Amino acid sequence: MNRRLFLALGIVSTVGLSLWPFLWFLLTSFKSQAEIEASPPTWWPSGSLSFYRAVLFDHHLFDYVANSVVVAGSTTLLALLIAIPAAYALARLTIPGKQGILAVLLCVSMFPQMAIAGPVWRLLDALGGLNHRWGVVLPYVALTLPLAIWILASFFKELPPELEDAARVDGCGPWTTLLRITLPLAAPGIFTAAILILIYAWNEFFFALLILTQPERQTLPVGIALFQGEFTMPWGELAAASVVATLPLIVVVLLCQRWIVSGLSAGAVKG
Amino acid sequence: MSFLGSIARHRESLAAWTMVAPALLVTLVFALYPVLDSFWLSLHHIFVGIPSLGRSFIGLENYFNLLHDPVAHQALLVTLAFVVLSTMLELACGLVIALVIHERFRGRGLVRAAILIPWAIPTVVASQLWRYIFNDQYGFANLVLFGDRVTEYIPWLAYPGVAFMIIVLADVWKTSCFAALLILAGLQVISDDLYDAAKVDGAGAWQRFWHITLPLLKPALLLALLFRTMDAFRVFDLVFVMTQGGPGDATQVLQFYGYQTLFTEGRLGYGSAVSVAVFLMILSLSLIYLRAIGSNLLERRRT
Repeated sequence: MNRRLFLALGIVSTVGLSLWPFLWFLLTSFKSQAEIEASPPTWWPSGSLSFYRAVLFDHHLFDYVANSVVVAGSTTLLALLIAIPAAYALARLTIPGKQGILAVLLCVSMFPQMAIAGPVWRLLDALGGLNHRWGVVLPYVALTLPLAIWILASFFKELPPELEDAARVDGCGPWTTLLRITLPLAAPGIFTAAILILIYAWNEFFFALLILTQPERQTLPVGIALFQGEFTMPWGELAAASVVATLPLIVVVLLCQRWIVSGLSAGAVKG
Repeated sequence: MSFLGSIARHRESLAAWTMVAPALLVTLVFALYPVLDSFWLSLHHIFVGIPSLGRSFIGLENYFNLLHDPVAHQALLVTLAFVVLSTMLELACGLVIALVIHERFRGRGLVRAAILIPWAIPTVVASQLWRYIFNDQYGFANLVLFGDRVTEYIPWLAYPGVAFMIIVLADVWKTSCFAALLILAGLQVISDDLYDAAKVDGAGAWQRFWHITLPLLKPALLLALLFRTMDAFRVFDLVFVMTQGGPGDATQVLQFYGYQTLFTEGRLGYGSAVSVAVFLMILSLSLIYLRAIGSNLLERRRT
């Protein structure tokens, strides 16, 4: 009895504390300016959509969303395209220097962004990548590769090798085996890696801040961080924009909770 | 036969290398080369935007200056305080969360999803969220504490110590669930037999937690500590959005100082020295942790 009481208390408090701060922003986004500025502030909104209208039409929210979609989408595709064969080779094939490659990947996953920020900026400046969406996609891919490769390699290792051996005996090379046999079986692992890369790229702020300085090229996190009004802080608009930026993530978490949990612990334990 | 075998092996390692090559190339160009370049730049006097000054090689002078830089000292202290405080709180909260979501109950999937939401929210959004909660006029903290006694409302973020604690709080809120997931993975490999045996021997719930759960969780806790420490050292978004290092230097962390010297002041050489110093600190800390965890853990444990 005692135990069930404790458990109920634990569930209610962890869920409450996890959700409440964001719910407060959600409530705020549906208030009117008068309700926000009332003193004391009101608890419940009257259901006004004025802030959503303002961010959509006055603050070009749609441009930020489009930039974020393009950046997060292409980062995910490109990182998977590069990570899948690399993970397969590291999990299944004999490569001279495998330990060295693994050590390099482990090391890269420990880099603080600041340690590479200056040179990455100069490199992109030289390549003409500043203020282009591909200019943030490339560093994102480099920084998500270690995690993606660890997760994928650990999934590949858990697949039964018999099918691949059979394909090999039938004369399939490594690429054919990977594409025909392993890939379809490893779909859950690929899905897990894709979710984690997608969330990283959608949320990343630091490189986006450095590389995308023109407002029409910026992603949602940059827009939200630099959000400012002329005289006062426009909290209602900010809350509405934040809800728009976060809603896709909440949907992903609700649908894919199981994969995220397994992916995070697998990626962490391996890497 | 052995001739054909060696051809097959060669073809396999050739294919293996073509599979790894793109990943290595991207890593080399956008991670390894930049780190080495940062180190090289840190040995120079070099300013962005004033090419006429050129770049002059000055050896370790930037690092000597760093040792005598009062702002860097302050930033180091703030960062260390942040790392220690936030990781300790995150491990404690993570342990509680892990114990809760390890239990079997109806709707556990939904509870796990709810707990993941702070982790999934963009850090920038989380920062604005907490900044709003502690706003001096419209904030939820003031509303709850003082209700309609508006004159007593407190400008939380204007006090140095309080602003620091709010940043710690925001970080704990956002990342405890990540620590919880690592600890959960550790809980799941503890066999139920141990608890049953302890029950037979008459151990109470608290004793079982203290003598079975906690010692067996040690590797998972250390792993969570390693990841949280590395991440806490890199704290940037929270400070950028919530305080810009202020009030005064109260929340000036190393990453933010590095950002300011590199990109606000354009001191490419000195800023690189700051970031290389941070990198070396993280690297040496991780090596110490990894030794404590034991390298066999990484090999032994599956998902």
